[in-house]
Amino acid sequence: MARAVTTQRKALNTALAWLVGLVIFFPILWTILTSFKTEAEAIANPPIILFFDWTLENYGVVQERSNYVRFLWNSVIIAGGSTLLGILIAIPAAWSMAFVPSRRTKDILLWMLSTKMLPAVGVLYPIYLLCIQLGVLDNRIALVVILMLINLPIIVWMLYTYFKEIPGEILEAARMDGAGLKEELLYVLTPMAVPGIASTILLNFILAWNEAFWTLNLTSVDAAPLTAFIASYSSPEGLFFAKLSAASTMAIAPILILGWFSQKQLVRGLTFGAVK
Amino acid sequence: MAPAVFLLLVWMLVPLCMTLWFSLRDYRPLRGGDLGFVGLENFVRFVSSSSFWPAVFTTMLIVGGVLLVSIIFGVLLAMLLDQPMWGQGVVRILVIAPFFVMPTVSALVWKNMFMDPTNGVFAHIWRAFGADPVVWLTDVPILSLIMIVSWQWLPFATLILLTAFQSLDSEQLEAAEMDGAGPLARFFFIALPHLSRAITIVILIQTIFLLAVFAEIFVTTGGAFGTRTLTYLIYQRVLESQNVGLGSAGGVYAIILANIVALFLMRIVGKNLDR
Repeated sequence: MARAVTTQRKALNTALAWLVGLVIFFPILWTILTSFKTEAEAIANPPIILFFDWTLENYGVVQERSNYVRFLWNSVIIAGGSTLLGILIAIPAAWSMAFVPSRRTKDILLWMLSTKMLPAVGVLYPIYLLCIQLGVLDNRIALVVILMLINLPIIVWMLYTYFKEIPGEILEAARMDGAGLKEELLYVLTPMAVPGIASTILLNFILAWNEAFWTLNLTSVDAAPLTAFIASYSSPEGLFFAKLSAASTMAIAPILILGWFSQKQLVRGLTFGAVK
Repeated sequence: MAPAVFLLLVWMLVPLCMTLWFSLRDYRPLRGGDLGFVGLENFVRFVSSSSFWPAVFTTMLIVGGVLLVSIIFGVLLAMLLDQPMWGQGVVRILVIAPFFVMPTVSALVWKNMFMDPTNGVFAHIWRAFGADPVVWLTDVPILSLIMIVSWQWLPFATLILLTAFQSLDSEQLEAAEMDGAGPLARFFFIALPHLSRAITIVILIQTIFLLAVFAEIFVTTGGAFGTRTLTYLIYQRVLESQNVGLGSAGGVYAIILANIVALFLMRIVGKNLDR
């Protein structure tokens, strides 16, 4: 509902919005700043905001002490693997629901959504037990599969809403021009579907990266991703604000950058197409 | 679509049946294992235990508190962000950023760097005004958790409400303005009704996620100081004290509760599907 306003009014809006934005962003900013301080500077009273000796020392210490790279690698494998696996399984499903809908399609979609609503804690022990029985507790593959299943409903839904927007007439037109099924898929549908698939991958990668119920409960050492790595800082010894900040910055930086690209998809993905 | 349906069906049914099965048995892996069928005893004991009602109360406070904060501030923020301004894109990014921070990071950053009673930012601010710093997580633990979780979910509410705001017809507003409706009247009689559906959706989706809040409690208080929610209570019964029968009965309650909320959400989403 953007309307023409006076410059004065616009300046006021700008000032207020930036103030609120910076307050909300402040914890992240403060974490990033603190990660470049020494431990003494990190707890200085009054706090030092910008004028300290910038140092990368904390990053080195975090990597040395707890092998950050290993956790990062686990996060990449678990989030990336579960997203890709989910996409592979969801594309045919969403495709057929969008282009060859049956009377039951709507019910199936809603039912899929309902599995997402199942509270994880309600099935914690069964999954835990199954992992022990199958010998896959603290195993990356197991987490890939579990996170894939958790996000599968969202993946199917997002893809469905994107595919649904591809007009059916375009297929008819292609057919009239003599395109076979192969050409149809390759030259008409795929190019139109790629942006939707890319957005879906992005959002689900973020969701899987930040998932902190199963990753905390089903990992200990070998498969622990960054969520668990950070949780290990919850019982600190000695000075550690700067190191906590460095570890936190490293854990959130990749996803903050990806997240900024996915604002629009966030709304669609998390409201299941109910708000666009 | 068969493989996806099949996988989800297995994923849903197998653990669900196991939870139901365990909930009817006296099952303690560390103390004698499966001690046989006990009927509905676990269900009765879960509800009559002294920690049940406090957990329900805590859950309601946290869910309700976060909803209140994120809806009220979400509407205000969305309204602000919808106004013409310089650098709108950047402000949007700043506001949305907390949503992308993993729960363990945001909880620990808040716990240590903001709420720490000696070195936290809040302690500095309190001292600057000559007040005694608050020991946040022990003195006002539930308020602290509401603050942390609200910070994570406010961006989500704002983003959805902003999307809804942007679909509001500006001509309608102008017409109302010409007819002499003041800003408050325009807000309450045009903007708010337009937002009602988006607000409902935010409430329902957030409720489902908020009922399951776990990591934030896990790394801050570990369920101490009265911050044990229903989810956390079940987690403790199942994995910490390994009383699987009792915990599973709690799990069944949690599933029923989540399904009641989900039912309303599905109705709205389903209606939308027909359009």
